[in-house]
Amino acid sequence: MNAADPTVLRALAAVTAGGPPATGRGRADDAVLSVRDLTVRFRLRGGRSVAAVSDADFDLGAGECLALVGESGCGKSVLASALLGLLPGNAEASGTALLADPSGAGPTDLLTADEKTLARTVRGRRVGLVPQSPAAHLTPVRTVRSQLEETVRALTGTPRRARRKAAEDAAERAAFPGGHLDRYPHELSGGLAQRAATALALIGDARLLLADEPTTGLDRELVDRTVDELRRHVDEGRGLLLITHDLAAAARVADRVAVMYAGRIVEIAPAPRFFGPTGPRHPYARGLLDALPDRAFTPVPGMPPELSALPDGCAFAPRCPLATDLCATRPEPRAGVACHHPEHPRA
Amino acid sequence: MLELDTVTAGYERRAPVFRGASLTVAPGESVGLLGPSGCGKSTLARVAALLHRPDAGRLVLDGTEIRAWRHRAPRELRTAVGVVFQQPRTAADPRLTLAEIIAEPLRATGRRTEADARVAELAPAVGLTADLLTRRPHEVSDGQLQRACLARALTLRPRWLICDEMTAMLDASTTAALVAAVEAYRTETGAGLLAVGHDRVLLNRWCDRTVEWKDCLPAEDTP
Ligand code: SF4
Repeated sequence: MNAADPTVLRALAAVTAGGPPATGRGRADDAVLSVRDLTVRFRLRGGRSVAAVSDADFDLGAGECLALVGESGCGKSVLASALLGLLPGNAEASGTALLADPSGAGPTDLLTADEKTLARTVRGRRVGLVPQSPAAHLTPVRTVRSQLEETVRALTGTPRRARRKAAEDAAERAAFPGGHLDRYPHELSGGLAQRAATALALIGDARLLLADEPTTGLDRELVDRTVDELRRHVDEGRGLLLITHDLAAAARVADRVAVMYAGRIVEIAPAPRFFGPTGPRHPYARGLLDALPDRAFTPVPGMPPELSALPDGCAFAPRCPLATDLCATRPEPRAGVACHHPEHPRA
Repeated sequence: MLELDTVTAGYERRAPVFRGASLTVAPGESVGLLGPSGCGKSTLARVAALLHRPDAGRLVLDGTEIRAWRHRAPRELRTAVGVVFQQPRTAADPRLTLAEIIAEPLRATGRRTEADARVAELAPAVGLTADLLTRRPHEVSDGQLQRACLARALTLRPRWLICDEMTAMLDASTTAALVAAVEAYRTETGAGLLAVGHDRVLLNRWCDRTVEWKDCLPAEDTP
């Protein structure tokens, strides 16, 4: 990390200035994570490239849940991979993603940290990962209990005799039934495997939790329990970045919502306003909410553009009911929304 | 009428997944079957789609009781029922293009010559562009692949459609688009629908009536 880099200085200033203003339920006292100009490109054969994430800017405070929502393929999972240093070899990331260090040492830039640092001190310890596919996250040949105890040992140094209890407590926190602790991952339903993975993510006392589609395939009751559990950890002072396509789950737990479209965050808004009567300001975000079955149940017409062939102007223009000639130039984000003709909140 | 009459079904020697389930879908009717994950409703969907042989009970399709089961029902009966599953990645052959996936049922029934015309009809109905049709599953998103899987279910113009958690992996806009495509097809053809899922809000909005799965049986199956 080059401390003289203006981007880094800006991000550092955001960290020391106390992060984002308090919005919604959780008060953001200080930024756990501060992302500036995060851009990810995948190089393809033939010199083409895929603009998976472009110029993402956001802060995540302690005690705050930020939901990152959007259609599949909009870049939200790539953003999560970039934060964990898990991008494939043909990807190039730029910008900064500063993870605050509670011990008082300077923040770590997740985009430039070496793999050793990420593996030893970041993943699982300072960033808890609630994964999208628990099957890939759990070791198939070991029982849930043994995986929890092993993780307790590795992350917290709990003495042997206390590990059993610590593992059982972690399972209970994630609503994983005690009677299933001695089962192997393949003996679990999808919902239970997800809870086992969540229990693992919550063992280390990470201040930042990153949940990538943690509720996919779960029924509503399990979705509610999973996100309520995550919320509890937020209320204990952790920051949660919840990446999801499930707007109902986001509405239930998020303090703020960031909407991603074609690799860009097009709106960041407080959740009460976003899901409330005023609604979002960006036409795509409004369209996404209108698609819900308890609202208009009408899809946004058309499909998102290819990330390898994005237009110069607003990427939503071909689908946008409000598009004008102005939209041939890309709208810069202003007051949390990147649109030339944002809807004005009535409130 | 699609009728399941006190059906019991399971896998091999294990205990049945459910016993004595009864459910009917009238022609042109849409029925939502609501239940938590792991309750056996996917197995019931497979029975209704004539893909899984029940251990006991009767399955009656348009007045014909289906008796000649091997693993599946005879093909001429199966083509009357289209089915879409939750996971498009496991339901589609990764080596085929989306156009070939949509045309698969025609090829399987020896009607290859009709394929191009039918694909050209179906692609816009499910919102797939010509460019996407030439790609293979790994080159498209889950939502785009599920659109192709829905088109494939409609290829042989089924009188019945079974959607098992069709939209559970999809975002709100793609969900609304796929449901709209199903409803457009049903308006055009008068096909009946059994939509199996766990999302109460969605099924209540989508279907004429919903049936709750209670204690491993669809309960309250009253019109
Ligand atoms: S910039 Fe223009 S095209 Fe883009 S969302 Fe706003 S109004 Fe629509």
